[in-house]
Amino acid sequence: MLAESLALSAVLFTIGAIGVLTRRNAIIIFMCVELMLNAVNLTFVALSKVYGMAGQVFVVFVMTVAAAEAAVGLAIIIAIFRHRQTVDLENINLLKG
Amino acid sequence: MPNFFYEVHFYLFGLLAIASSIAFVTRKSPVSAALWLVSTMFCLAALYVMLEAHFIGVIQVLVYAGAIMVVFLFVVMLLNLGEASAIADTRGKWGRLAAGLLGLALLAQVMALTGKRLPEPFTPGGGYDSVAVRDQGAVGSVAQPLFNEYLLAFELTSILLLVAIVGAVVIGRRRQADAR
Repeated sequence: MLAESLALSAVLFTIGAIGVLTRRNAIIIFMCVELMLNAVNLTFVALSKVYGMAGQVFVVFVMTVAAAEAAVGLAIIIAIFRHRQTVDLENINLLKG
Repeated sequence: MPNFFYEVHFYLFGLLAIASSIAFVTRKSPVSAALWLVSTMFCLAALYVMLEAHFIGVIQVLVYAGAIMVVFLFVVMLLNLGEASAIADTRGKWGRLAAGLLGLALLAQVMALTGKRLPEPFTPGGGYDSVAVRDQGAVGSVAQPLFNEYLLAFELTSILLLVAIVGAVVIGRRRQADAR
């Protein structure tokens, strides 16, 4: 089942990357990043069956980082929403050259 | 272990995960997108259990599907974004073109890597099977390396979480001038 897991993980990562590039809602882009992290977690778990338990330990760390990233990222989105009344990334172009 | 029943369910959950994630990136409303993402995460939790990572499967449900997605839905509710925006919620022609090219490139990599062997020096052994998990317990087998080899990293994550908590409160706080 190793090959199937790795292929599924690659497909999920691709779908997440496509979502990041095509969506404009900042919250949905955040959720796409979470999907990409989940795909990588599946790779870790599948390979830990072959290479040892360290892979599952890394999954625990990835989940911690994802939780921290979600908290800070959503706080930033709330701060932006207070200023601009939108989470549409097309309208948040203050730094655009 | 890989018998017919096992394989059917492995493919079933894999296809459900792909279908849910496709539905997730194509929904316009943030709420239904979030619920499809929860479905994807439940399918992944089932796959973790089938890969004999029982503890990871449980915390996938508790942490990801339970905690993180609730935070997302809470922000959607807080900002009152539940309705799909009137404009189409996708980027223009160039964004779609870039996404399509990236998707094709990544899938081409998957195809190119199909059937390749993993490099031998990469294989230190130490894989586990259901017997090892049964002897040590699903939690104990994860805790053993976590609190021995990776103890420093584990302690450092507590600092990361502290910084994240303080950062989220400071950034999300309403300024005094805004409150008036």
